[in-house]
Amino acid sequence: MVDAAVAEAAVADTHRREWALVLAATVRVARDLDLAEECVQEAYAAALEAWVRDGIPGNPAAWLTTTAKRRAIDAIRRERALHSRLALLVEPEVAAVEATAEESMAQDADAPDDAVPDERLRLIFTCCHPALAPEARVALTLRLVCGISTPDIARAFLVSEPTVAARITRAKKKISGAGIPYRIPGPAELPERLRAVLAVIHLLFTTGHTAPSGASLVRAELVDRAMHLSRTLRELMPGDTEVRGLYALLLVTDARRATRVDADGRLVRLEDQDRSKWDRTALTEADDIIVGCLRAGPPGRYVLQAAIASLYADAPSYDQTDWPQILAVYDKLQDVWPSPVVALNRAVPLSMVAGPQTALAEVAKLEQDKHLSGYHYLPAIKADLLRRLGRTDEAARAYDQAFALAANEAERAFLAAQIADHTLPA
Amino acid sequence: MAQYAVLIYADDSAHAPDAAPEDIESCDQHSDELQQDGSMVAAYALTPREMATSISGDTITDGPFVDSKEVVAGFYVIEAPDLDAALAIARLNPVVREGGGVEVRPVHSSFVKQEEQKTAW
Repeated sequence: MVDAAVAEAAVADTHRREWALVLAATVRVARDLDLAEECVQEAYAAALEAWVRDGIPGNPAAWLTTTAKRRAIDAIRRERALHSRLALLVEPEVAAVEATAEESMAQDADAPDDAVPDERLRLIFTCCHPALAPEARVALTLRLVCGISTPDIARAFLVSEPTVAARITRAKKKISGAGIPYRIPGPAELPERLRAVLAVIHLLFTTGHTAPSGASLVRAELVDRAMHLSRTLRELMPGDTEVRGLYALLLVTDARRATRVDADGRLVRLEDQDRSKWDRTALTEADDIIVGCLRAGPPGRYVLQAAIASLYADAPSYDQTDWPQILAVYDKLQDVWPSPVVALNRAVPLSMVAGPQTALAEVAKLEQDKHLSGYHYLPAIKADLLRRLGRTDEAARAYDQAFALAANEAERAFLAAQIADHTLPA
Repeated sequence: MAQYAVLIYADDSAHAPDAAPEDIESCDQHSDELQQDGSMVAAYALTPREMATSISGDTITDGPFVDSKEVVAGFYVIEAPDLDAALAIARLNPVVREGGGVEVRPVHSSFVKQEEQKTAW
């Protein structure tokens, strides 16, 4: 007998780390996402009881995979039995499916340890297929790749549970109805499809890193899931520099997590953060990855974003930041990924190199861009530039605009404090 | 193999009743390629928007049903093992490079009367 709490912790740990592996391997037998998901859920439920009774298996993921696959085979057999009882023509495919299932079970018995890591990639590429709506890709990835429950996904994105459930159902329907294949895309499609995968992981991370709404600045659960996905993808596709670049970007950005808010949850600006509390191990790991990527050839979007984040993080103090170097990398980033958000963020190092006046002119140009209307960082950056130019009244108005657009409570509190500072008589 | 319909969206159809062969050359070439590789099931080129007449309720109006910059210029049905394969074929359509685009939809069911000959302008 194993203590129930110990077994429960082991199940939870395996759930967090191995869900994708178990589900992906089960899909191969079940040939149906819904059936596979159901069987994996049942296997996790069965594990709770069995592990208390028999002890925690040496390879928990293999135990779960075998259990889930058996259930899938049972379900397929029941289905077949039903068909023959009803005296319907038995589709020859059913027997073939069962044969394949038995065969793959036998193969896995020979090599139970991570025998089929590529199965996870299939799952990831299917969930992030560009034929699915972006919000459906995110929900489906969290549900199927990370194994997060629908209520938890709803909580993480502050949308209603029925909304998330509907998104997932619709996406699964499209996968089977439109014939979205369960496989790793071929070389011709791979770059484009990989971009969609990286975008989903990046979106998960940014949503967790600076929550678009709600009380707290960070949603740690989403950040951790995105980090885990990114790390897994790097293990599965170690040769791709953008895969490594995204992982480095997340590492650098998350290394500052402990210092981004104070003890009361109030936002702390980069210049005021305690650099001694940044995660140096993560920063060093990221630096090594970035250097390796830059040596490997012309860098893509994520490698360059990681390089910028790392230049910010490596400076001994905010004042000693290498602004000209950051500006130079931003220029490269604009070449490979022309985006109004990049142009806006570039205004910050530009103001340190060429002065706030020059940067303000750039921001004024960007105000015409409809993609940035409603983006609260534009008036926030503008306000900061105006403040530095001593144009206090205009700065206060820009902070007002930013406040009206921001929906995260920590950011709103910060902006409200700025408005108060700039409207009080000096 | 599944069937997918490919709807072609363009500013207008090049297939005017009096279209010259060079106006529709790129369309014909693409169609020939799909016929040769065996993926084409059926293909219909439609006449331009000025030929369209729409009905909604009791009202009959001149022009396409949807008031949009683009119009359905034609459609064809292809056979492909999955969506990725269908998209790979559909993206070769010349309209994709000529400012328009295509929409790919799985076919639910179909009927085509067996005719002796196909109509052509």
